[in-house]
Amino acid sequence: MPHDTHDAHGASHSDHKAMGEVHEHPSWGTYKWVALILTVITVIEVWVYYIPVFVASRLFVPTLLIMSAVKFAIVVMFYMHLKYDHKLFRALFTGPLAIAIVTLIILMFLFGHLSIHAG
Amino acid sequence: MATTAHAPAVTHGHPPTTTGLDHRKIAIWAFIGSECMLFTSLISTYLVYKGRSVSGPFPHEVCNPPQCATTLKPILNIPITSVSTFVLLMSSLAMVLALAAVENKDKPGWAGTGAWGRALASSKLWLLMTAILGATFLGFQAYEFTSFVHEGLTIRQNLFGSSFFTLTGFHGAHVTVGVLWLLTLLAIDMRRGLGPKDALIVDISALYWHFVDVVWIAIFTLVYLIR
Repeated sequence: MPHDTHDAHGASHSDHKAMGEVHEHPSWGTYKWVALILTVITVIEVWVYYIPVFVASRLFVPTLLIMSAVKFAIVVMFYMHLKYDHKLFRALFTGPLAIAIVTLIILMFLFGHLSIHAG
Repeated sequence: MATTAHAPAVTHGHPPTTTGLDHRKIAIWAFIGSECMLFTSLISTYLVYKGRSVSGPFPHEVCNPPQCATTLKPILNIPITSVSTFVLLMSSLAMVLALAAVENKDKPGWAGTGAWGRALASSKLWLLMTAILGATFLGFQAYEFTSFVHEGLTIRQNLFGSSFFTLTGFHGAHVTVGVLWLLTLLAIDMRRGLGPKDALIVDISALYWHFVDVVWIAIFTLVYLIR
């Protein structure tokens, strides 16, 4: 069946572009490099897990958290296209994420391993 | 009527929205924002209860009698989970290629003319690949859950079991929904073909799929790797 030029809501592809919904996305080359970087970071994460000296050091947890955050950001920016999308979408994602992370940190200080025992 | 004179021309597609953006895409980002809060609450629960189980098995520590009837080794299987993490990351790559194939379907030869170019331009191939990789991840999770139960860790065994199964179970349920969503898109693609006019619905499903991936990125580090 040939493709018509309008979707179920009657909007054409150019209408979507005009409304800021369809953007020029990265090329296959970018996606390939992103996948490679994600794989390399994952390999490093697992590798450091098996180094007892590093696991016992103070650097272990921050290193893993940073690598995880980098992977998270790369997927969100390049695969979810948030780097190229409208700022409202960025706000809809980063707003709740920031609230959630702050809540998690507060909970860790109140009840978790970071808790401060007064008295 | 006076108001009809100001009504947008229906033949030009969507009526203008207050934001100038499609409501469906705003809705999926708002949904993803709320899902961030859901998964952070589950991760918080896991982290708050971490190390507070009074009976084994434990995630990273050996459990010796009298805490356990017999000596139990750490229960988390990092090599297996690393492979399943890699599988989910590759499913995200397949998903962006599926979206690119749908968006560029009206541009013949955009991906090249060779066999690889034809493969890159096939939305059916990449949708199927994403669904298969998602199902493979679920297979790994089913194997992990089954082996844990055989080793004595159930959702009722201890705090670790309760928080772990709840967190990873919720994530697995999301992956399952994603796989069903992908199979639905594949069925539509097989039946009538997906083209640039369908880019938005594929984009929305892709956003959901990548979100499931980023949640696992957090879970893999916070639950599996950090001791």
